[in-house]
Amino acid sequence: MGIIKTIKLTFDYIRRNEEGDVEGITTAVDDLTLDIQPGDFVAILGHNGSGKSTLAKHFNSILHPTEGTVLVDGKDTMDEDKVWEIRQTAGMVFQNPDNQIIGQIVEEDVGFGPENMGVPTKEIWERVENSLKQVGMYDYRKASPNKLSGGQKQRVSIAGVLAMQPKCIILDEPTAMLDPQGRAEVIRAVTQLNQKEKITVILITHYMDEVVGADHVYVMDKGKIAFSGTPREVFSRVEELKSLRLSVPPVTELAYELKKAGIPLPDGVLTREELVEEVSKLKKEGFRRIVR
Amino acid sequence: MLRDITLGQYYQTESILHRLDPRTKILASFFYMLSLFLFTNVYVYVLALAMLLLMIELSHVPFKFIIRGMKAIVVLLIITAVFNLFLTKGTTFVSFWKFTITEEGLRNAGFMSLRLIFLILGSSIMTLTTSPNQLTDGLERVFGFLKIFKVPVHELAMMMSIALRFIPILVDETDKIMKAQLARCADFESKNIFKKAKSFIPVLVPLFVSAFRRAGDLAMAMEARCYQGGQGRTKMKPLKYKGRDILTYLVFVLYLAGIFVCGILLPKLLPIY
Repeated sequence: MGIIKTIKLTFDYIRRNEEGDVEGITTAVDDLTLDIQPGDFVAILGHNGSGKSTLAKHFNSILHPTEGTVLVDGKDTMDEDKVWEIRQTAGMVFQNPDNQIIGQIVEEDVGFGPENMGVPTKEIWERVENSLKQVGMYDYRKASPNKLSGGQKQRVSIAGVLAMQPKCIILDEPTAMLDPQGRAEVIRAVTQLNQKEKITVILITHYMDEVVGADHVYVMDKGKIAFSGTPREVFSRVEELKSLRLSVPPVTELAYELKKAGIPLPDGVLTREELVEEVSKLKKEGFRRIVR
Repeated sequence: MLRDITLGQYYQTESILHRLDPRTKILASFFYMLSLFLFTNVYVYVLALAMLLLMIELSHVPFKFIIRGMKAIVVLLIITAVFNLFLTKGTTFVSFWKFTITEEGLRNAGFMSLRLIFLILGSSIMTLTTSPNQLTDGLERVFGFLKIFKVPVHELAMMMSIALRFIPILVDETDKIMKAQLARCADFESKNIFKKAKSFIPVLVPLFVSAFRRAGDLAMAMEARCYQGGQGRTKMKPLKYKGRDILTYLVFVLYLAGIFVCGILLPKLLPIY
């Protein structure tokens, strides 16, 4: 039994004109079936408008399926009595760090979730302290969120979700508004949570280099899953990714082009170290002869 | 620069008044204001002045800073004084040309102006020593009884604290939009007030659009973090009365008793006015 499971999920955005008549229907998620195992680091890739954010909002019971079912830890998101349990199980981090920080002091913001859940005061403080330490923001606990950098704000948002002690964290393009350094900070924090705390992570992104460390990658297009697999499997399909307007990490692309030019490299090279290793292996086997 | 904007007129420093529970401060300033309206005689005003000076001293806020709050009411003060001075009927004190100043007028003008000054200074001390955050918390609790009349006290307090959180962000954004419009030759420097007002439309429209988008995002983020109104909510930093709060209440009970003594007993024993 997966922690998040969708069965034939379909979601339509209905556009209405001013009189309330239906102008058109856009199917954002189309007959999608997915099963995410507890403890996994799952990445969902897709270009703008592929339905990946819409899908993510279903995991947190913010949107409800037009057709089909979403089960979070075995609970149906359509069940109104379970909405709050679901939101505690699957915490969500959004794109814009400014628009999800409620408190005027970092520690107050992290405490917001537990406050809403009715956690006793003493325990709130423990949770806030722990979650801030987990994302490495404990030193900033008394600071005003307005004075933090984008990456720091986003880590505070993650801490705010962690304080609710979820089994699963969904990150909806958490790095889209950050600079490269902030992006690295956030991805490092998330990876650590997944490895140390065994929290299921669902990362929604269109940055390919962020999904390299994932256990499983889903590539979405037009509301469906185009293909999926381990990062290595996914990145070996360079042409397909490109046809979906997704770019592969530079190293992978380099390896791919080299292979196309006739150099026998393996498919789906993910990191620079890997490429170096493969190339030096070739060199030992007589790389010059092959090129000639 | 804009990120350091201070809201209200909170003055950050260390003092016993800063550490008091916001509820204590709100109620104490209410009692102080009340005391100014109960009686009108010299003894009461001397006592009120003494209390005010004591509070100013305890607050550790520089006197200059406190006086700054008075600027806003100077006009009001002058109007009140002038009207009272010339329009009160009674025994003539001096008269020149068409104007007469009566003894009662003089007395009224004096007391009214003092009352206004004390009112403003008294409430300033509260706002100067309480951060907006604490003030919101305190107001939520003090007005909590209004829930019986279906007044959404918690929601109002939450709105206030969110507004406080977003003011610096929106100020930043205004700045950005203004620069963007300046780059497209918008003119914000016009002396003509109508032109100037008109020139702000291209700033206000995008600002409002973005504010609404932010509001939508924030609402979603709050719901995702299980926000469901004040029901069943616990506090990370609950307000708790400490020894110093009880002491403050005692001081104010004594003060009010003193006001009654000054207002009723003293004038009978030592009549001046």
